[in-house]
Amino acid sequence: MLRTLVTRLAGAAIMAVLATLVIFLIANTVPGDPVLAQLGDIAASNPATVLEWRAKWGLDLPLWERYGIFLQGLAQGDLGTSIASQRPVLDDIAQYAPATVELASIAFALALGTGIPLGIAAAVWRDTWVDAAARVISLIGVSSPTFWLAFVMLAVFYGGLQIAPGPGRLDPIAFPPEEVTGLFLVDSLLAGDWEAFHDAAAHLVLPSIVLAAATIGLITRTTRAAMLEAMGQDYVRVSRAKGMRESYTILRHVLPNALIPVVTLGGLAYANLLAGAVMTETVFSWPGLGRYTFRSAAALDFPAIMGITLVVSVTYLLVNLAVDLSYALLDPRVRR
Amino acid sequence: MTASDRLEAQPQGVNRPPSIPPTLEVRDLRTVFLTDAGPVRAVDGVSFSVGAGETLGIVGESGSGKSVTALSLMRLLEEPARIVGGSMTFQGRDLLAMRPEELRALRGDRMAMVFQDPMTGLNPVIRILRQLTEPMVAHGRFTPPEAKQRAVGLLGRMGITAPEKTVSRFPHEFSGGMRQRVMLAMGFANDPALLIADEPTTALDVTIQAQILDLLRQLNAEFGTAIVLISHDLGVIGAVCRRVAVMYAGEVVEEAATAEVLADPRHPYAWALVNAVPRIDQPLGEDRRLVSIEGAPPDALALPAGCRFAPRCPFKIARCETEHPPLAEVAPGRLARCWVTQAGQVLPRAGGAGFGGTRAASTATEPLLAVRGLVKHFPLPRESLFGARRVVHAVNGIDLDVARGETLGIVGESGCGKSTLARLITRIHAPTAGSITFAGQEIATASPAAIRPLRRRMQMVFQDPYASLNPRMTIGDILAEPLVAHGVVGRGAAARERVRDLLSTVGLNPAWEARYPHEFSGGQRQRISIARALALEPEFIVADEPISALDVNIQAQILNLMLDLQQRMGLTYLFIAHDLAVVRHLCDRVAVLYLGQVMESAPAGALFARPLHPYTGVLISAVPVPGRTRVVLQGEPPSTLVLPTGCVFRARCPIARPVCATAPPLAEHAPGRWAACHFPGEFAHGEMGA
Amino acid sequence: MSAAIALPAVRSRRARLWRRYGLAGVGAGIVLAWVLVAAFAPWLAPWPPDFVDVTNRLRPPSAAHWLGTDALGRDCFSRLIFGARISLLAGISVVAIGAAFGTLVGMVAAYARGLADAALMRLTDLVLCFPPIILALAIAAALGIGTRNTIIAMLVVWWPKFARLARALALVQRSQEYVEAAVVLGLKPARILGRHIVPNAIGPLVVLVTLDVGNAIITFAGLSFLGLGVVPPTAEWGAMVAEGRELVEQWWVATFPGLAILTIVLGFNFLGDGVRDWLDPKARR
Repeated sequence: MLRTLVTRLAGAAIMAVLATLVIFLIANTVPGDPVLAQLGDIAASNPATVLEWRAKWGLDLPLWERYGIFLQGLAQGDLGTSIASQRPVLDDIAQYAPATVELASIAFALALGTGIPLGIAAAVWRDTWVDAAARVISLIGVSSPTFWLAFVMLAVFYGGLQIAPGPGRLDPIAFPPEEVTGLFLVDSLLAGDWEAFHDAAAHLVLPSIVLAAATIGLITRTTRAAMLEAMGQDYVRVSRAKGMRESYTILRHVLPNALIPVVTLGGLAYANLLAGAVMTETVFSWPGLGRYTFRSAAALDFPAIMGITLVVSVTYLLVNLAVDLSYALLDPRVRR
Repeated sequence: MTASDRLEAQPQGVNRPPSIPPTLEVRDLRTVFLTDAGPVRAVDGVSFSVGAGETLGIVGESGSGKSVTALSLMRLLEEPARIVGGSMTFQGRDLLAMRPEELRALRGDRMAMVFQDPMTGLNPVIRILRQLTEPMVAHGRFTPPEAKQRAVGLLGRMGITAPEKTVSRFPHEFSGGMRQRVMLAMGFANDPALLIADEPTTALDVTIQAQILDLLRQLNAEFGTAIVLISHDLGVIGAVCRRVAVMYAGEVVEEAATAEVLADPRHPYAWALVNAVPRIDQPLGEDRRLVSIEGAPPDALALPAGCRFAPRCPFKIARCETEHPPLAEVAPGRLARCWVTQAGQVLPRAGGAGFGGTRAASTATEPLLAVRGLVKHFPLPRESLFGARRVVHAVNGIDLDVARGETLGIVGESGCGKSTLARLITRIHAPTAGSITFAGQEIATASPAAIRPLRRRMQMVFQDPYASLNPRMTIGDILAEPLVAHGVVGRGAAARERVRDLLSTVGLNPAWEARYPHEFSGGQRQRISIARALALEPEFIVADEPISALDVNIQAQILNLMLDLQQRMGLTYLFIAHDLAVVRHLCDRVAVLYLGQVMESAPAGALFARPLHPYTGVLISAVPVPGRTRVVLQGEPPSTLVLPTGCVFRARCPIARPVCATAPPLAEHAPGRWAACHFPGEFAHGEMGA
Repeated sequence: MSAAIALPAVRSRRARLWRRYGLAGVGAGIVLAWVLVAAFAPWLAPWPPDFVDVTNRLRPPSAAHWLGTDALGRDCFSRLIFGARISLLAGISVVAIGAAFGTLVGMVAAYARGLADAALMRLTDLVLCFPPIILALAIAAALGIGTRNTIIAMLVVWWPKFARLARALALVQRSQEYVEAAVVLGLKPARILGRHIVPNAIGPLVVLVTLDVGNAIITFAGLSFLGLGVVPPTAEWGAMVAEGRELVEQWWVATFPGLAILTIVLGFNFLGDGVRDWLDPKARR
């Protein structure tokens, strides 16, 4: 078990570094020029300014040398300096990450908490109105564009009905709780600031529903399919032949088997929620990694893009690893 | 309440005192499947009864309604199946009138069931212990600690070693035979009055089957549990059950004592069932053809008005076509649904249909195929980047010769390497080491392109008729493809002509060439598979378990076809099978494999009459033949991941001695008789068939 | 003996067909409708999509402008109709090219095995260790905006899942007995791949392709929404939602393009589900 873990971690580290190489090559062999994006047309028309600027950011060095410098920094825990914000990339990421983690985690809990029961119900009452309703909900979930759903939610519940707070993590006039973790829900609880907790929670409702919508659909469908698959297995018939109650058969025999594929999807879904927050954060003015990613990409801020890529792909790989390890808990056949 | 009391109070047999009600009484049971095409009458008026402690077998081919009957008894039918008529009484209570809650209380308590496939019947993510104790606790018969104790006890009784440890394992750590023991323990959890076993040994090897059947017999005697055993194999039923009901097209067509049906069947279908299977305990005649009735069971949507077996019956009279016969007494204690035997006519003994002369003994000196030191190892995928690869040792040094015109049979338990051997000889796989010489050419190391011309002379028939035909090609295209690829004929008329020839050669309608595989039954598909192998007019055919997926009657048809073709075309066969009686019947010589090595090879007659290797002896002994004492081989074949040292069979051998720690060579002990044993012929187990 | 037994009635043929193919039919209908709209856009649209009329800004839906006008006074209905062209083009071309390339890579890897297999699969692993949106975002930003560049960016992240699936399917096929039979019959590898492996492995790929067109349409619209897709003033649904996202009072500007995306993606999802049920014998009853 331990050896598997170490090998997998080593493999993940290699993949992560290779991933930065991919991004590095893409970023540096395509036509987009950060000079134009950063300096603006007027400054960019002066060759001296451009040269000076390029030298400052090391853009005049050969490709491999620049990658070498990046790797060197990486080894010392330095991801370089963002061209746009002029701050260390690591600091930027540390500042924006908690907002995204908070949003994605709430959305993930929402997706699991809705999708799994819905999928179970759809399978148990197959071909009834429950199944049809679950199917419609999940199909609309996966078919709605996130950015549009965000707009509709804001328009209806904030603009129209005025029962939900507007964009942002807190009311514009409210003070954030004293920072410990950067997660407002946790920090406000630690500080005992109920008002801030309530405010932060209320601001999370709409964005987390929007972010979770597609994932709810995916998890419902996967759970339903996995449940139906497991319900067709012989051991279910055996359980009935043993005279076990139907509810017991479903919960103790079918569900543990059906959850195995759901876990794979769940892991992937969490990683995708972290990444998919780009749209949601843009519409809800959520000061998280998603918006930071988008701004860096639009500004061709390569040090920032490299840093985000590294962090995100490491997260991705770690989540995958966690999924594989959690198999061992659910499925004795893969235990060694 | 002890089990033996009950057994004494209610003696076995049909002549039970009328005062004691039977454990299970089924009258005129009707179960239909509500399909889109209309209601299919799967069980159509079935009646029988089982007294306390009695054993009843239900036999029939697939689709005869025997499994649906079993599920109906437990009221475990799922949509779209529904019971639409009849009555079922269990210990005096009407099963059909019970509410779901009452049924639930009965299932797994007084009435238990064991299913066919032990590999899928256990929940993979739950420990054996909980799967065993949950019915005990749920039915309120035992407290959890008592249940645990009982579970350990039952596993021990089922022949599982160190049950205290094994209960805490997961199902995947168990072999198929062990799992079926666990399933049986589960069935006996609450000491039921009736156990229904639906094909409990079909998925198991013959040696493991013998162990399980033994166990069933003992449990019936010891606990007095009545048993309904469902099987397609009369031999299996004969090994356990006093009485048998033969089912055909949803009806019981004969019911009588098993021994009487086996000796003197009174319904033509039972007669065909009994005679379609070669018997290992009867002498081989010159004529190797088996009794096989043509045709297939009737379409359940359009059943014939008269006797349902009439369209296939070789003994039918005018009345059979128009009037549906009742199940009536033809002799004391014997019921049959047949106008012919009810009129007192006796069905003939099988055999004597006439076959074109004696089989010519092979005279060729140089073998067509010679295999020397053949080895195949399959490396498993790496578990980690740095870990050592584990290796499956499938074939471990096989020497074989096949002479022109003969049939060599290969037998052994699953995992002995017989299918891998077939795929090495046909070079689907490349051998790890060793040589294969076919018609004088070395093919073990030749490139695929170099072998391609030789493929015309060597072909293969596969096991699974449902997997061996490309579902997206028509039969005509499937058969024409090799002809065109080898340039035997051009596309168009010539190819079509040849395809139609091939179809009629294997007994199919040439007009069917435009159909797709899914439009055919299993037996018909196997004929197509054989036609495809014959398309290139080969001399040599490797047949990998060509009949094991088929019903016994269809098996007989295919075996007869293979015999016919051999006679007409002078074919040489390498015939792989796990059914010893079939191998004895069909083959000139037999090689017995164990863990990828040849244990014994000899002419078929000599091998079955007096096996030299103890493994051959126990294999033959394990074949279920009623009334024969058997030596039950304990244990199961070891893992192929790590080969044992010395004689590979040593761990299970009844006569192993210290010297067996060195591997015995495959040596010739009498002319043509080879065995790899230090003590050839020492293991005797009573008379086999001559 | 044929005692009259009351048998429950069998469902009517029409009801059965509806149960089995109904949803797929609806999906196919929606998709077909949108394809027709895209094909005949110039004839269907009452106004040119880029016709600017600043005197008519942000008018609510009316007889002249069925879906109202946007901030530049352009007719929303006409822009919606022309937007179908871009969405369908982007969705279908990304999936078609991505699937073709991925399938080729996967099947070749499965058939060649050994080093080629390992190399190709490590390459797909590498792409798959990025969240697709982030990678597409970075590439699209680097390439610069424009429909073609965005499609290229999406293709880079799109093909690996097809490669994975195709390889897995081909590996299953390799060990099928009819493929072994083809080997024994002495057929050449290209024929075995083309006649026996591909036709039988294609089903799940077709399902994934159908379901994935919707996905690709959403992703493309998302990139456009972020300003990384089409060049303004091109009429594109994602960009139209972006133009209207601050206009809560003028809800029609952002609402209808979003609904258009929703319906077309639903259409592809219904169709994909239907194809899956149709191809999966277990789901048939």
